[in-house]
Parts: sequence; structure tokens; C-alpha cells
Amino acid sequence: MAKHKISVTVNGAAREAEVESRLLLVHLLREVFRMTGTHVGCDTSHCGACTVILDGSPVKSCTMLAVQADGAKITTVEGLEQGGKLHPVQEGFTEKHGLQCGFCTPGMMLSSVALLERNKNPSEQEIREALAGNLCRCTGYVNIVKAVQYAAEKMR
Amino acid sequence: MIPAPFDYHRPSSLNEAVNLLKHHGGQAKVLSGGMSLLPTLKLRLGSFAHLVDINRIPGLDGIKEEGGFLKIGALTRQSALERSELIRKKYPILADAVPLIADPLVRNRGTVGGNVANGDPANDEPAIMIALGATFVAHGPKGERTIAANRFYTDLYTTALARDEILTGIRIPVPPAKSGGAYQKLKRKTGDYAAAAVAVQLALDAKGAVASCGIALTNAGPTPLEAADAAKFMVGKMPDAKTIAEAAKMAAAKANPSADHRGSVEYKREMARVLAARALELAAKRAGGN
Repeated sequence: MAKHKISVTVNGAAREAEVESRLLLVHLLREVFRMTGTHVGCDTSHCGACTVILDGSPVKSCTMLAVQADGAKITTVEGLEQGGKLHPVQEGFTEKHGLQCGFCTPGMMLSSVALLERNKNPSEQEIREALAGNLCRCTGYVNIVKAVQYAAEKMR
Repeated sequence: MIPAPFDYHRPSSLNEAVNLLKHHGGQAKVLSGGMSLLPTLKLRLGSFAHLVDINRIPGLDGIKEEGGFLKIGALTRQSALERSELIRKKYPILADAVPLIADPLVRNRGTVGGNVANGDPANDEPAIMIALGATFVAHGPKGERTIAANRFYTDLYTTALARDEILTGIRIPVPPAKSGGAYQKLKRKTGDYAAAAVAVQLALDAKGAVASCGIALTNAGPTPLEAADAAKFMVGKMPDAKTIAEAAKMAAAKANPSADHRGSVEYKREMARVLAARALELAAKRAGGN
């Protein structure tokens, strides 16, 4: 089983790795690059805790091979804060109490960021639809939706 | 969960991909969006010594009308279909269905080609392609051939595609004037497969009677099921409530579901009847009928 040399850009930084074919993208991030903000939740493509933004689209990094991401630009939760300043979505989750245990939060925020890049003024329905692949078992989504609305207003 | 080891290949042309499949025989599997294949490998429900990743082959994605057909490339992501103005305007059967497939994150990776080629009767697009009278384009060592969607599914996870063939695209006849389609799906929650779902595409003549009709069922047996008798029954008749009720009964009679956590056989068959009636009514309304 040959190993593959891959290059990816993670949060703006060029990274290289030599990976086994079967290494999942989430394990490349967590175990090779030691960036543990991306979580493994259900590990079966349901919960969205492993969500990262890959070339502009939010995807489940537990359901993708690392080698498939060769050449891609990836944003993880570690890339949201810029120069000590929280991303408006991070600020929204703080201000509106959009988390309790926090396990789903990185994935929630990345899906939210990707939504707001595509749609500056989403309706409540559009926010709920965009977050349909991210499960939260604490808050019941009400404050998560408020957090995204807060960020949308802040970013306009 | 970690998949069993395999070799990964990333061909840059269709011929290269077909040669890899031919060379490795039954040991190789095509990797498209991977939204079914990756979970299968991780749960070790299946394993392959070789994965052939077709994602970097140019020209395999796109949505366009050309020569009387809507052509959808196999690598077209579900999210691209979901955001297509052409699909929203002219193909309501797909516009209904795509937002109900899995969830938005899965739709960003999952492809139309993978959905139809996997042979999973729970997938939504096979029944839709049957109702639309679509043909699938396959590339193999001997070149290109086409296979009608309603002849493609032979058994559970088994299709007419040979081991060294790749499904490269779908051709859907552009619907005539006064056409309408609908997809009605009952599911328990986001991300779930259908307890029952029915696809309908029909066209009306100048008097408002049904000129042509396609009906197919999702997750109602080992393959997507074409309800040809019910569709034939509709043709030549006005799509009124009585005719629709009768056709829906005939369509549901085709259903041969198995009982599981989504419901009993009786429940699923009854839901197929209800959804068939709703889909027929909606399709006729969209065609401008009533």
C-alpha cells in the first residue's frame, strides 16, 4: 500500500504530509497536524461535529479521505479568529449563548460561516436548513439560530 | 472507524480510469462523492483493494440542455443541482427531491452519478430518473453505451453496469409543453432515507388529458420500482381525483417493502398510495391541468 504525498492549505498555511490511502481527513487534521478543534462525533456522517470548509463548501471531514483533499484550501475552527479578534460567528455564539457543552460548536460555526459567505441575509428558515447537517444535543437550536442572526447583522 | 487498507488511484482521464477498473476487476471500486462508499468502508460493510477516484477527471460535471436532452454529468454535486435555476424552473421533480436528500453537508460532496449508480433502492434519484424516462451513459473498454433507467436496476445494489464501466452522465428528455413533475417523500428526520416516496412526471395534451406519464417508487423493494401499469392507466384520461385515486392504488400495489424501524409493510404500502396520489395531483397541477 503506497503512501501519498499531499499538500493542503489549512487556515492559510501551506502544509504537507505523507498519508496512507485510508487516512480520513479528520484524522489528518487532528492526529497529523495536531489541530483538535475539529471533532469526531458520530463518525458515521450524521452529526457534523467534524465539519470543515473545503474550497468554500462545508463538508464532513470524517467522510472524506485525506488524500482526496490534496491541493484543497481548508478552514477549520482554529482559522476563524483573526489577529486575536473573534469571527462575528464566534462572537454571536458567545453573546447569544449558542452553546452549552460546546462539542458541536466548531462544526456549527463552520456551517454558519459558509452560509453567511453565500447568503448575507438569511431567513430563520434558511439558517435552520443550512444547519440541518449539524446536530446539537444541548441547546435545542434556538440560541444557535440567534447566534447566526447576530453574526449576519454584524457582518452586513 | 478506520477503513481496511486499499490502494488509491487518481486517474486524470476517463480512459485511464476504465483501464484501472479493467485491470483490477472486481477488486476496484469507483469513488465519486463517497457519501455511501466511505461509510461502507468505515463500517467495514464492504472492502475493496483499489479505489478509483474520478473526482479530478475533467468534463464529468455540469447541467445543461442540449439536443433535446437535459444532460447531467455524473460528478455533478447535489448542491449544484439544488442551486440550479434551470432545475428550479423546468424540473420540479428534481427541485422537490434534492433538498430532501441527506443533509446540506452531504449534498456538497454527494454526486448525482453516485446516487443513481450505487443501486441502493433507498436513494431518491433512481426512481426520479425512471419517472423522467432518463437514460444513463456508461463508459467502458469498448467505448460508450446507453442504458435506460428503467432497465438499469437488476437487484439490491446490483445494476446493469459492468465492473469495468463508469457511469458518466444522465440524459433526460426535455419535457414537452404542459409538463409537470413531483416527488413526494415521507421521512422521519433530516438525513433519513424514505419510509416511502413516489416520483411522477407527466404531460398533458391540448384538452388537458394525460398524454404521457411516468411513475416510480423509492425504497419499496430491492430495486427502485417502475409503476408502469399505473402510468399507462393515466394516459388518455383527465387527471381528476377519481382517476388519480385509482392510479395511486395501482402504483401502491407494486410496492414490496420490508418491515423495519421506518414502519410495517402495510404502513409503507399505504404511504406509497397516499404519496402517489399527492404526487400525481401536484404534477398535474404543475402541468396546468387542474
